[in-house]
Amino acid sequence: MSTTEEKEQTVEEQAEEHGPVYAAYKPAKSRGWRFLIPIAAFGVGFVSHLFLGWVIFPHLLYGKKQQPIDFSHQLHQEAADESCESCHFFREDGSFSGVPKLENCLQCHEEPMGESPEEAKFITEYVEPGKEIPWHVYARQPQCAFFSHAAHVKVAELECVTCHGPVGDSDHTRPYQYNRLTRYSRDIWGWNIAGLKKKTSDRMKMDDCAECHEERKGHKDACFVCHK
Amino acid sequence: MDRRTFLEMLVGFSAGAGTGFMLTPVNWKLMDDVSIWTQEVWPDFFAGIPERGKVTHADSVCDLCPGGCGITVRKVEDRVTKIEGREGYPVNNGGICPLGASGLQLLYGPWRVPSPVRRAGKRGAKAWEQITWEDAIGDVVKRLSDLRRKGKTDSVACVVASDQGTVPQLFSRFMKAYGSPNLIRAASAEDTNELAMKLMQGKKASVAYDLEGADFILSFGSGLIEGWGSPVRVIQAHSKWRSDKNRATVIQIEPRLSNTAAKADKWHPIKPGTETALALGLAHVIIKESLYDIYFIRNNTYGFNDWRAMVMAQYSPEAVSRTTGLSAENIVKLARAFAKARRPLAVWGRGKGTTPGCLYECMAVHSLNALVGNINKPGGVWARPPQVATNRWPSVKQDSAARTGNSKPRLDGAGTRQYPLVSSRPDELPGIINKRPGAIQVLLVHEADPYYSTMDSSAMAEAFDKIPFVVSFSTYFDETAQHADLILPNHHYLERFEDVPTPIGLPKPVLGLRKPVVSPQFNTRYAGDTLMAIASRLGGTVAQSFPWKDYVILLKQTLGGKWDALKKTGYFTAASFGTPLGKFEFYAKAYEPVEAEGDSETYPLTLIPVELMRLAHGAIGNPPFCTKTLEETELKGNDLFVEVNPKTAGDYGLAEGRYATLETPRGKAKVLVHLSEGIMPGLVGMPKGLGHTGYDDYLAGKGASANSLMGVVEDPISGLCATWGIQAKLSSV
Repeated sequence: MSTTEEKEQTVEEQAEEHGPVYAAYKPAKSRGWRFLIPIAAFGVGFVSHLFLGWVIFPHLLYGKKQQPIDFSHQLHQEAADESCESCHFFREDGSFSGVPKLENCLQCHEEPMGESPEEAKFITEYVEPGKEIPWHVYARQPQCAFFSHAAHVKVAELECVTCHGPVGDSDHTRPYQYNRLTRYSRDIWGWNIAGLKKKTSDRMKMDDCAECHEERKGHKDACFVCHK
Repeated sequence: MDRRTFLEMLVGFSAGAGTGFMLTPVNWKLMDDVSIWTQEVWPDFFAGIPERGKVTHADSVCDLCPGGCGITVRKVEDRVTKIEGREGYPVNNGGICPLGASGLQLLYGPWRVPSPVRRAGKRGAKAWEQITWEDAIGDVVKRLSDLRRKGKTDSVACVVASDQGTVPQLFSRFMKAYGSPNLIRAASAEDTNELAMKLMQGKKASVAYDLEGADFILSFGSGLIEGWGSPVRVIQAHSKWRSDKNRATVIQIEPRLSNTAAKADKWHPIKPGTETALALGLAHVIIKESLYDIYFIRNNTYGFNDWRAMVMAQYSPEAVSRTTGLSAENIVKLARAFAKARRPLAVWGRGKGTTPGCLYECMAVHSLNALVGNINKPGGVWARPPQVATNRWPSVKQDSAARTGNSKPRLDGAGTRQYPLVSSRPDELPGIINKRPGAIQVLLVHEADPYYSTMDSSAMAEAFDKIPFVVSFSTYFDETAQHADLILPNHHYLERFEDVPTPIGLPKPVLGLRKPVVSPQFNTRYAGDTLMAIASRLGGTVAQSFPWKDYVILLKQTLGGKWDALKKTGYFTAASFGTPLGKFEFYAKAYEPVEAEGDSETYPLTLIPVELMRLAHGAIGNPPFCTKTLEETELKGNDLFVEVNPKTAGDYGLAEGRYATLETPRGKAKVLVHLSEGIMPGLVGMPKGLGHTGYDDYLAGKGASANSLMGVVEDPISGLCATWGIQAKLSSV
């Protein structure tokens, strides 16, 4: 019975009876702003995770290493007679030499050729003890992918820059960023975490290979062309 | 904040976080990365992928069997990544066998002896102390000079794999200079082949076959595609016989359906041990029907009349049929087919031809070749040509101690009045030592594994306990090395220079040069250098007998003018076939069967070894690549299967895939039973080459060793081990 009576009481009556505190909990009054709470929380969650995914995540995923020697492609390319192929040459059997070995460097650097502290470091740390330079390779593809430089450079006559970008013009080696999970270079996925690219050399994933194959050959090619 | 606000905020935040997260590339990126991780990084924990780099190829010669195949080794920078057969090599022309292809596992496997080691626990406990070469050589020299002082030089014995080539000859020379007659060559069919040649053709040579030229091959149990002879060469000849262009008939006589039997035109299972009777039975039909080469018999043979009389009197098809179990009709048909073929060839040597076998069986089979006149002819049998000539060494210097030692009789009795024909009797070694403990004070072992591969290996184990000092020159921790007191590891065959004489069974002389394709991976040395260092420290005439600075210089001087050419091309060959034909002598001796050991009441079945291409059973342990190829009916987990005919299985209550105990007078093993129609009733076939304790977990503890169940049965003529099987019983567990 008492419940029915309470329901029939007006706000003023309630205030009189129970005091002003009870009256403040009236649902009718709070309806005006309460709905903002979940929306604001949504907003905070949304924005923070966008930030996490787009900004923090790449920092967590990729580790950073400096190359053992700060190498100037620009300087070397000016001195080289056959542009890239002076150092990144094809072997007699047609296989590609990739990153030069110490013996290639020694063809010129038996003695220091300049005054640069990086060259001095190169001489003392690698040339004198006869140690190979442990370069980090930006363009190293996973083991499961077969790639022939000869087929692309010699036969299809692609320019080096098409895939590697204007490395030859760089004056310093940029830090090598690698994926902590896969151990491969960041250059493979590309520097844009969303995987977007503006030019052909921005990414080196399978889709990028297929895109070019489709453009030039009219089809993406079969799996086993690269995955032997 | 009240509960409701908290929940509202939580739900709101979560929904926002979820939506926001889905609009970032994290999920898609991680999915891609994880798939690369599982494929690239994860398996890398299990299988190393060689570094990328310059690919080169280097030619050399294989060392894993007497086949002497040329190999081409593919390397990425300094890492060997593949072994292939060498194109154009006069033995194997591009072919390779599974063992040869697995050689790189032997190079990089955990069974390599890393440096000189001295035993640091009980024999066979696998506890070793790494020591310097100086100390190791010092240990040997101390023992050897003590014995020399005491006038007991003949108590030093040495086991080698071969007697051809500079390294085995260095060991032989060392024994002569030191003063011991006890140089023992590991057992093989060559022991018997050489004897047959000596007795029947008067030649000091082994047997060679022109397999490629034959058009009818009658094989008395030879595993032609199971690793017999020079395995790749024989398999290539076999392929030729099976092709349409050079088709040849292949007849396999064997109690079990081996691969060779399965691919033959006809397989005749006969009772094992009765091959001699069958050969003489075939001769009976050939003589009776005048199908033999009268011209050859008249002009080139002795003793035919006596032999004919014996064959005609005792070996009628009916009599032979009773002995062998092959029907008289089949015997007659087979004899006619053999004799009427244009270039028939009868070959012998059971399985891979690694056991001496019965001399008279070999002679009886070879008599068939003489009967059809197919000796020193294309498609026939030849005396193995002499080796390619090399520079001779100065004569051995001997002091009185050496002369006294060398004049003593050999421990195994070879060359004495009792065994005048043979030069060594390797399978007798355990018997001798067990009978006369102390007779051998020091045992040197090079490229052989007597502890594992000698018949009756359990007696060998007992004998080893009675030898005070065992020195192994092994590259690997094989059984002999593991039971040695000192290991002086030789370079792996891909790390060293060595001359390779004409491979087994080849009718033309080939001299190959083994060349190092990688630098030594461990602190190892040329066995030749180690031996010369020991000689030099022993001093006196022993040191004077080795005037060379080191092994490679010795090799260069020995090969002389051929060295440069050999270094470039890798081999030297002469086109000419063997030596001129002498007179062939028939031996009229009644067939005296070599019986299997054991009484047939207690042991009603007969155990025979099964030799498989994919299972090495000599001094080299089977590498994992090969073991992996064994079938589920040969090896399952750590248990091996024995093959039994379903009929026999029925008689003894055995069932497919069930455990059983195999027992012979020499030993016992737990085995699994595999039922097969391909083996004659009453027989038990057991794969040979398992049951290792040496090497490591990839091989040790898998199955049981057939040798440990076999005994030594002496051949009545030669005195060599003629064991082909043993009586056994098989009871289900």
